[in-house]
Amino acid sequence: MSSRRSRSRQSPSSAINDDQIIELVSKLQQLLPEMHTRRRSDKVVSASKVLQETCNYIRSLHREVDDLSERLSELLALSDHAQADVVRSLLLHQ
Amino acid sequence: MTNPGGLRSSFARIFLRSLSRINSGRVSSSRGRTLPKHRSISIAAYASMASAVGTRRAWSREVLRRIRRGGARRASRRTSEFPVGRKGRKEPGNGKKLKKEAGDGNEGSSIQGMRKKLRRLVPGGEGMEFHRLLAETAHYIKCLKTQVGVMRSIADYYTPV
Repeated sequence: MSSRRSRSRQSPSSAINDDQIIELVSKLQQLLPEMHTRRRSDKVVSASKVLQETCNYIRSLHREVDDLSERLSELLALSDHAQADVVRSLLLHQ
Repeated sequence: MTNPGGLRSSFARIFLRSLSRINSGRVSSSRGRTLPKHRSISIAAYASMASAVGTRRAWSREVLRRIRRGGARRASRRTSEFPVGRKGRKEPGNGKKLKKEAGDGNEGSSIQGMRKKLRRLVPGGEGMEFHRLLAETAHYIKCLKTQVGVMRSIADYYTPV
């Protein structure tokens, strides 16, 4: 599937023009940790770099979830599960 | 965009309920096999987040669908970082294309490779148009960050000082 770069503004909403793609990519860019701390006005970062960082970031988040799950599984075995209600109130008040 | 505070609370509520269920041993496995506890927890985390988001997002719909359909195996298949390694990351095709991009210099192929990877990482990303995939990815990342934050708070809470 090739990425059509044709500028057809009169086409129906199913065809998305470049500007919207660029806007979405820059929105993604702002979510990424490393890129966010860089100059925010820098829009010259290539789209492929943004996508690559996005993939890496998603994978690292998955890894974090797994690590935290391991940690939780060990911790929960030790403590009383009735504390869950206490934690709930703790989190909701943050 | 949804209110992150509301999402955080909803996720925390649902997830904590799942955690106490898992802890008291009342987890039902659709296949009848017992899962390692951390695997149950990680699946519960994704499921809780998908429930908190609801069905208004394609990725959350896909997650809920996978979990209801196949139980553990399908849901964990999504994470390419599955440590057990049953579904190893040795899938050809996409990997080859990616390695080529370093010396290729062709902008088109590297974006193509990235798009494919992204489609695999974001649940339900396979059948979408690109712009839709980008929007879903942004939301997915936002929710993942919330999920990780809440999980970390819980772990910190339970960690003995």
